[in-house]
Amino acid sequence: MNTLIPDKDYRVASACGIVGIMSQKGKRFSGESIIKSIACMRERANGLGGGFAGYGIYPEFPEHYAFHLMYESEKSKKITEEYLHQNFIIEKDEAIPVQEIPEIKRNPLLWRYFLKPNIKNYDLSEEDFVVKCVMFINTQIEDAFVSSSGKNMGIFKGVGYPEDIGRFFKLEDYSGYIWTAHGRFPTNTVGWWGGAHPFGLLDWSVVHNGEISSYGINKRYLENFGYHCTLFTDTEVITYLFDLLHRKHNLSFEVIANILAAPFWSDIEREKNLERKNFLETLRIIYGSALLNGPFAVIVANRNTMIGLNDRIKLRPLVCAVKDDFLYIASEESAIREICKNPDKVWMPKAGEPTIGNLKE
Amino acid sequence: MVKKSTPKEFIIERDNEKCITCQACVRMCSNDAHVYQPETDTVISYDEKCVGCHFCETICPTGAITIRRNPSEFKPNANWDATAIRNIIKQAETGGVLLTGMGCDKPYPIYWDHILLNASQVTNPSIDPLREPMELRTYIGRKPDKINLKTKLTPQLKLETPILFSAMSYGSISLNACISLASAAEEIGTFYNTGEGGLPKDLYKFGKNTIVQVASGRFGVHKEYLEAGAAIEIKIGQGAKPGIGGHLPGEKVTQEISETRMIPEGTDALSPAPHHDIYSIEDLKQLIYALKEATRYKKPVGVKIAAVHNVAPIASGVVRAGADYVAIDGIRGGTGAAPLVIRDNVGIPIELAIAVVDQRLREEGIRNQASIIAAGGIRCSADIIKAIALGADAVYIGTSALVALGCSLCQKCYTGKCNWGIATQDPYLTKRLNPEIGKRRLVNLLRAWSLEIKEMLGGMGINAIESLRGNREQLRGIGLTDTELKILGIKPAGMAW
Repeated sequence: MNTLIPDKDYRVASACGIVGIMSQKGKRFSGESIIKSIACMRERANGLGGGFAGYGIYPEFPEHYAFHLMYESEKSKKITEEYLHQNFIIEKDEAIPVQEIPEIKRNPLLWRYFLKPNIKNYDLSEEDFVVKCVMFINTQIEDAFVSSSGKNMGIFKGVGYPEDIGRFFKLEDYSGYIWTAHGRFPTNTVGWWGGAHPFGLLDWSVVHNGEISSYGINKRYLENFGYHCTLFTDTEVITYLFDLLHRKHNLSFEVIANILAAPFWSDIEREKNLERKNFLETLRIIYGSALLNGPFAVIVANRNTMIGLNDRIKLRPLVCAVKDDFLYIASEESAIREICKNPDKVWMPKAGEPTIGNLKE
Repeated sequence: MVKKSTPKEFIIERDNEKCITCQACVRMCSNDAHVYQPETDTVISYDEKCVGCHFCETICPTGAITIRRNPSEFKPNANWDATAIRNIIKQAETGGVLLTGMGCDKPYPIYWDHILLNASQVTNPSIDPLREPMELRTYIGRKPDKINLKTKLTPQLKLETPILFSAMSYGSISLNACISLASAAEEIGTFYNTGEGGLPKDLYKFGKNTIVQVASGRFGVHKEYLEAGAAIEIKIGQGAKPGIGGHLPGEKVTQEISETRMIPEGTDALSPAPHHDIYSIEDLKQLIYALKEATRYKKPVGVKIAAVHNVAPIASGVVRAGADYVAIDGIRGGTGAAPLVIRDNVGIPIELAIAVVDQRLREEGIRNQASIIAAGGIRCSADIIKAIALGADAVYIGTSALVALGCSLCQKCYTGKCNWGIATQDPYLTKRLNPEIGKRRLVNLLRAWSLEIKEMLGGMGINAIESLRGNREQLRGIGLTDTELKILGIKPAGMAW
């Protein structure tokens, strides 16, 4: 059996449990609490995928792109490293520390690199260059997969229950100011390590529970802007949409929420502020193809922000809580209470209403 | 003079037990197929005059009349079928081009019937349109790539359902038919299209639901006309007769039509095949901007083309020339009059045209610069939803709308003798179409189709039409070749995501 196969070629829909924790003051805390929290939602996964994203975990390399690679063969490692040498200055590379546990039976070779792009003649921004390299490795090099490519952050994922994956990667040894986690219940295919969530690109990480019925058009819309969806996952599409709308179109997360989970026309008609009404109408007319239709609850993070968002009719659960400067977002309240007994406030965000945590430094 | 030897197409069966000789059929038939015989107090029928419009059958108070196809058959021959033989006989007798009406009736593949839709099961809840909002609103027009604080959209057409009434001129159809279409468009919140017949005075009040057409004959085009509509459409071609112009016979050019079209009464209204000021794409750009200038950039300007082999690059050129929407008319698109040989042999099906145009515009990164309106033989709500999933923003319906008004596709529109009061200017016939009832029937049709579209959308777990537009993942092909699947950009039935 090969761990780096199948769902690369198919679109995998999945139902899941998700959780995110953020210290808005940037206090770093160990990965132990997020493991405890996601373990509480074991029912929402089926052992075919789990993963974590942590921000602020590599303070010794804050300005290097931290690439996490999954290799299925020594050969693919050799080819990938040659490619990395051509395009980056490799500050450091090492095996990602893991501990053997009985629950995790097979794993690919896991390696990480701290890189600075070595841009020569490219007419690209540094970030677009990194995106291009990630895409190249993921699509052109057999048996190699970049699971994480941001600065001072990392994604740890694999096939198994999330709490087992967390222990396997020894996340209690890392500390970060944002942690997100995902337990997966895929509806087809044997799990593939790369197919587990979070999905990452640059600083973005996305954990997602849902199935996007608009996938077909979202994917084609992104192609208009040069994004090529190669992994056939909804999460990939969501990540690219955030990258496009935030990084390239400079839109705020509130506006992005109004695009991805657009208000209904009837709500727009009722809007009393004429300027806002016109804005929302224009937004929908321009970004109709970016609307995410179908059920989803998603937690998206980058180095400064953590956002929770539901679909426009809230077909998947999402609960939020705050305690001091900590923001919690999870599929279930129990997952929050497990690690924060007495939150200052617990609420269920409305359909399409984003919950945004900002880093205050 | 030899006896007219074209075999009759239909047989009029009269049940004399039921016939009460009320002579309604005699008075009503514009083809004089029924004649009263006072000597015997009976009505007799001339089969050879029957065009198969079924009007007499519909109005006969006792149900005494049945119209059948003539069962008399030529010796079976796969090559020389009855149509081929009949047409040769007609041309041997007349020496003329065969005329016909409505869209191509040849059994070319109907791709709609080879495309299946998706629905949600378990992993994704379907949405019940009776309980949840379900949005069909569609905006036709140019959209920018991205929004910023200063973004002000160019004018858009707002449709409450993605269905518009196709271009049908006053002249080809009656004023009552035009009023029915215009008032139905107004009630539903969509648009009808004047065709190239100009705009009669009575219809100016429907201006905000009107698309005014500018075609090669420029009939009835003047400042007030351009300003009267919500959008302007330049007609380059039509699915029923790509590459050729139009011809409204002088007999149909009544006083009202002569005023509307601004031509002398009783003269033939001839639209040239090309626009004589458009011999290339840069000329089209000039006309688009001339019309935009003339209306102070307050209205979208679209371009209608027929679906021909090179439709994708042509559409791309049209978009780059500044069109706010491209209307594409497939081979099954209707007409009031066209040479039979053109109608049945020129052009390609609209399904393929939508697929290649949408794909081409996306590959060039200009899909958002113009909307796509698909036309040509759309029969039901399933055709519409498939058209949208293939990549159209909305559809034009012409034939379906006329069928709602009574048309039974006898294909004799060009004779001006339409018994249903649709494709005629004879006041005795046009008064049969009550515009109030016509409007109600059209509103009903659009309402019914919109409800069905909502049901299908909900089944797919989608609650806004824009999430279906171009979403070919929701389609699967059945009984199609690999090449056809590739052109349509869809997977075969049985294949998962």
